[in-house]
Amino acid sequence: MREVAIVSFAQLPAVRRDHVREDTEMLLPVLHEAVAASGIAKKDLGFTVSGSTDYLCGRPFSFVMALDAVGAFPPISESHVEMDGAWALYEAWVRLQHGDVDSALVYAFGKSSLGDVRAVLTQQLDPYLVAPLGPDSVSLAALQARVLLDRGRTTEREMAEIAARSRRDAMRNPSAQLRFDRGADLLLAEPYLVEPLRRHDCPPISDGACAMVIAAGDLARRVSRRPVFIAGIDHRIEAQGLGLRDLGDSPSTRLAAERAGVARAKVDFAEIHAPFTHQEVLVRDALGLAPGTPINPSGGALASNPVMVAGLTRIGEAAARLQAGDGERAVAHATSGPCLQQNLVCVLEARS
Amino acid sequence: MSDVVKGIKVPVRLAYTAIAGRDMTRFYQAIREGKLLGRRCPSCRKVYVPPRGPCPTCGVATVDEVAVRDTGTVTTFCIVNVPYEGQTMKLPYVYAMVLLDGADLPLPHLVQGLEADQVRMGLRVRASWAPEAERPASMEAIRWFEPSGEPDASYDSYREHL
Amino acid sequence: MFYFSPMSPDSVLSAPYVLEYTYRRSVGPVLGRFLAGLRDGRILGVATRAGRVLVPPQEYDPETGEAVGEMVEVSTRGEVASWAWMSEPRPGQPLERPFAWALVKLDGADTALLHVVDAGSPARMRTGMRVAARFRDERKGTIQDLVCFEPVAEGA
Repeated sequence: MREVAIVSFAQLPAVRRDHVREDTEMLLPVLHEAVAASGIAKKDLGFTVSGSTDYLCGRPFSFVMALDAVGAFPPISESHVEMDGAWALYEAWVRLQHGDVDSALVYAFGKSSLGDVRAVLTQQLDPYLVAPLGPDSVSLAALQARVLLDRGRTTEREMAEIAARSRRDAMRNPSAQLRFDRGADLLLAEPYLVEPLRRHDCPPISDGACAMVIAAGDLARRVSRRPVFIAGIDHRIEAQGLGLRDLGDSPSTRLAAERAGVARAKVDFAEIHAPFTHQEVLVRDALGLAPGTPINPSGGALASNPVMVAGLTRIGEAAARLQAGDGERAVAHATSGPCLQQNLVCVLEARS
Repeated sequence: MSDVVKGIKVPVRLAYTAIAGRDMTRFYQAIREGKLLGRRCPSCRKVYVPPRGPCPTCGVATVDEVAVRDTGTVTTFCIVNVPYEGQTMKLPYVYAMVLLDGADLPLPHLVQGLEADQVRMGLRVRASWAPEAERPASMEAIRWFEPSGEPDASYDSYREHL
Repeated sequence: MFYFSPMSPDSVLSAPYVLEYTYRRSVGPVLGRFLAGLRDGRILGVATRAGRVLVPPQEYDPETGEAVGEMVEVSTRGEVASWAWMSEPRPGQPLERPFAWALVKLDGADTALLHVVDAGSPARMRTGMRVAARFRDERKGTIQDLVCFEPVAEGA
């Protein structure tokens, strides 16, 4: 495998609603920041790939409009995934394995505020028997949480503690949206939203964007004093039918973690893309993290959850932390689909 | 045993709030006052009307606001003969790309005031504004473009804008 | 730098709009038989080569990718494998009054069907409870032919 490193990452602070900027206007500053910080000229980037979904803004081919922010001239080599930007990163990593290009720009954008995000996410379900009933993302997550509670895999208290810790840690992250210190007791006193989930178990609705530049070994070492290498990356998917899956397990995460080599060495911290509190428990266990491994120092998706952005942000947050010297080896995870249907695991290692 | 079901109707309805963004908001506010505002790219100096946020070739924000005139040149056009739902124009009518004087990218609009078969590349036109009280914050503030009476523009004056 | 000039949020124009898609979907032979079954007030599954019964049926065994075998009728009764209480139903969902989303494992099936339980109150819900399908009087061959499931007494 060719060595590939993350050399820069930029994100917009997530907000409940960006009243002012449309997608291209939001993307422009993060693209400029990521490219400028990479030390690689925009014209020298070999590949560009993005992740977003048109349903979020209700504009067909919005990802093509977004290219205005890139400046796709002279014509660039470009691709797009209708998925979280973490899968765009996977495509860029594969592209760099070909050996003929040495760098890539990866970005993601999502304005969840323009529509009804719970209804938008219903569109990813089986369109024959499930979507016509209109189950929303929170309800489906609640079904999954019930499975874990019934099996004793977690408790409502542990879920509240995950919520409290995430938003407390987010106080140190200027890009996070929900940043406050509210203890589990206070949270547990609140009513259910969709029982067994309370509002604190759910992610905020967020607008956001992020961008990253990756480079192959020699170039990465030339432009970065401490490039963060992708030591392993893999993604796996489970069956679409919710009743076909064991919602109390995440075999796709477990397999992706094995293939990415999570267990090969000590993990200093993990960034897990768990929009709902109980999903952190599932993913944490499936990743095989040692007890006590710090999880989501950024606050995670419970603090900011721009749809299609939050997964790539986990990888970017982990890379930025390693680049700053806060650890040598981290695991980042991204998810897609209802109830953790699809999972990507990325092992990052800082090498000076 | 009944027949197999062949198909189902699964209508989807999603409600959104569209926002115009900063630059287009300025454009729409001005067009209600009978003014056409564009933005100039600081890098390639091109003027975009309507503004597009970033310059799509340079990938930088178009910073300077530039007022352009409401006269221009038809660069290319088509004659619409096909009826469709919601159509308000009498067939046949002309849909044209109009390069406004002072702009570097033509914008699409209707051309009226002459027979469809008389419309031609290089035709000089002027905006026909909706009455001020009725002007919406949209491209419909201009009802259409119509001949200005000037001599046709030379091909060389718009060949880079086709 | 290339940041846009500031402007107060209130001065940016916005407009409501609605996207509607009038999709008509072909359902294929397996779902076609399942939906015809619902129209007849029956629930059909499909047997895999390994002998598992999938409800709702799939065209291929999700574990092996093999084509599935015969359609099999299962019971219209079963038990709740998981549930979530929807205290404020959203537009377009099966019931307008509070209900439970549920994964229901019907008797004779090895997988669960997502639908709703009309239980009145979350206090009446628990994992493992017995439920029975309530069908619409006028059925058209869609998943909505099943109005909901409703609780039934133990052993009933």
